[in-house]
Amino acid sequence: MSDELTNSQLGAMAYDPAPESASIARIKPAYGLFINGEFSDPSSHEAFVTLNPATEEPLASVAQASTADVDRAVYAARRAYDTVWSKTTGAERSKYLFRIARIIQERSRELAVVETLDNGKPIRESRDIDIPLAAAHFFYYAGWADKLDHAGFGPDPKPLGVAGQIIPWNFPLLMAAWKLAPALAAGNTCVLKPAETTPLSALILAEILQQAELPEGVVNIITGDGSTGAALVDHPGVDKIAFTGSTEVGRLIQQRVATSHKHLTLELGGKGANIVFEDAPIDEMIEGIIDGIFFNQGHVCCAGSRLLVQESVADDVLRRLIRRVDQLRVGDPLDKNTDVGAINSAAQLARIKELTAYGEEEGATRYTSTCSLPDKGYWFAPTVFADVSQSHRIAREEIFGPVLSVLTFRTPEEAVAKANNTNYGLACGVWSEKGSRTLWVAERLRAGVVWANTYNRFDPTSPFGGVRESGFGREGGRHGLEAYLNV
Amino acid sequence: MSEDRLDVRKTYKLLINGAFPRSESGRSYEVTSAKGEFLANVAQGSRKDVRDAVVAARAAQSKWWAQSAYNRGQVIYRLAEMAESRRDELAEHVRLGEGLASKKAKVSVSRAIDRIVWYAGWTDKIAQILGSSNPVAGPFFNFSVPAPSGVVGVLAEQDSSLEAFVNAVLAPIAVGNTVVAVASEKRPTPAVLLGEMTATADFPAGLLNIVTGFTGEVAPTLASHEDVDGIDLTGVDEAFADELAQLAAGSIKRVLRPGPSEDASLRRLRAFVEISTVWHTIGQ
Repeated sequence: MSDELTNSQLGAMAYDPAPESASIARIKPAYGLFINGEFSDPSSHEAFVTLNPATEEPLASVAQASTADVDRAVYAARRAYDTVWSKTTGAERSKYLFRIARIIQERSRELAVVETLDNGKPIRESRDIDIPLAAAHFFYYAGWADKLDHAGFGPDPKPLGVAGQIIPWNFPLLMAAWKLAPALAAGNTCVLKPAETTPLSALILAEILQQAELPEGVVNIITGDGSTGAALVDHPGVDKIAFTGSTEVGRLIQQRVATSHKHLTLELGGKGANIVFEDAPIDEMIEGIIDGIFFNQGHVCCAGSRLLVQESVADDVLRRLIRRVDQLRVGDPLDKNTDVGAINSAAQLARIKELTAYGEEEGATRYTSTCSLPDKGYWFAPTVFADVSQSHRIAREEIFGPVLSVLTFRTPEEAVAKANNTNYGLACGVWSEKGSRTLWVAERLRAGVVWANTYNRFDPTSPFGGVRESGFGREGGRHGLEAYLNV
Repeated sequence: MSEDRLDVRKTYKLLINGAFPRSESGRSYEVTSAKGEFLANVAQGSRKDVRDAVVAARAAQSKWWAQSAYNRGQVIYRLAEMAESRRDELAEHVRLGEGLASKKAKVSVSRAIDRIVWYAGWTDKIAQILGSSNPVAGPFFNFSVPAPSGVVGVLAEQDSSLEAFVNAVLAPIAVGNTVVAVASEKRPTPAVLLGEMTATADFPAGLLNIVTGFTGEVAPTLASHEDVDGIDLTGVDEAFADELAQLAAGSIKRVLRPGPSEDASLRRLRAFVEISTVWHTIGQ
């Protein structure tokens, strides 16, 4: 069967829209700050609006936490640590975390819709990945809270105290879970600042913490822009900063805490190489490449944004890839058939456009999906650049969007050299049927995570994090506890 | 509710393969409280009941182990949820059977439920404690992972009717085994109640099988059964345990004898685990 015939047949089988109902989200018009177990009056703060990036319509008004608010939140966390949480047994902390996991499971549909409205990601992903993984993360660390003696850090390891946690907009609830679950299991109290453009699911999580009757002040959730994050980083009452975001901001944070007593973990950017050998299983590999770069609109720090293909199969892989990209369904994130949703913000869209313009200027060959894009909202059609060389900006800089750069190699040594030719080191993929070679390559890749014949897999039991300028510290697994223990 | 209503009395039955049969032998025995008052009629399981239970446990084992560790944790946690909602009933049986004050019985049940929660958390962590990657001198990726022994027989402690039972059966279950347990002979009802709760906790049929009756009668069958991979001898005296341990040697069973304090120890979790090691070449 020719490719043309396949495509026309697929075209004839168009999908009807299958939209999820936005009303399930039950978003309130305005939110205050969650400090010491209660929400403050929204009218007592300066506020900003969080938008639905797929429509540019406002979703809710959210409080801008001031320096004084940060101070109140840190104070509440400190008091909760001193008076309650440090005296709560591991078994009791465990049961609080199990409660939170269960309520997330019970409110999963609502959370999925909120996440998709606020972030722009497809409902299929928020429903099947973000929310279940967030619940699983609480479930996993719930089980550690009463087993810290067995975690390999010596007997009776102690928490750090008050953790300041700053999370990004790409997986809002999941990142909140990655931060809060291990911190609470280890016995810390927290001040969490969600991203400016995606605060809503964290605010729903605050309601869930109330439902779980978590003691007041153990978790405080404060919304705001970068100035709020900076105030949290600088606050002398914080013992630990955990940051997920760009390498640029991570560098500033490391400088700011360098001369303080604060512990620090950073999960930063990446420029992941997805390495395809000629013997790779072709269909799985094409899907893996697609998933590696277009999952969550490419707003993924570990995205496989550089495809390294062995020269002997490069033409075939590129041809299949472009055909597959054209079939991706781009549009309404609430539609259950959507593969690629909206870009999260105007600023991010501008950044993607700027970098892709360099791609063409520097001589790469651009293929852009022929999909139609909605009139309103922030959209970027899935794009593949071929003929990319290592010096191109699109091969060096993190685009954080649905843009793949394709390079080629001849030998395993060359693949490794090219994959490692970056300041980043978060994740890589290797595609080959030959296990011994996959392991040979994996040993030589400077990356915190290597996926073999799969990509973008996450599990609460598996440590995640970077080497080099992708940051330090691990989230997930037994190792994830270390970030919140004084060991 | 009028006080002169005649109460409905319950027969406490076996748990085999997800069903609650009477003993195939048609026997039951009378269980009394610590004070000697009638408590319940309980099925008196036979050697044949034990053999049926082993068949069920064997069939369930590969399915239980095939479920993800996360899923197995959810199932065990669900049992804690079920037990929590029947806490008072459990406490009443522990109180009568063990002759405890009401408050002490409740504390014992609370500890037992927290212990279930503790085991729920182990399913997806035990491999991270007992497993390892091994830096062998050569171009090999070498790693070791724990796997369940298979079907484990448990002769439950005679005095502590719920707490010790929970410990004895959930440790092997958490690491992927299935269990045939012989409950405390004189105080079997808390174990039977817990068995009933597994039916609403998504426990697959055959994962936990409970035989009530006379330990001395059925224990040799369990200890000598060729299709049982391990046996916990906690519930019998030393002389009988010696005898059973020798029977267990017939099929090279893993044997757990009573040991030091259980509370923070992984002894029970390690008892019925096999370490499997994989060598994989590394090279272009």
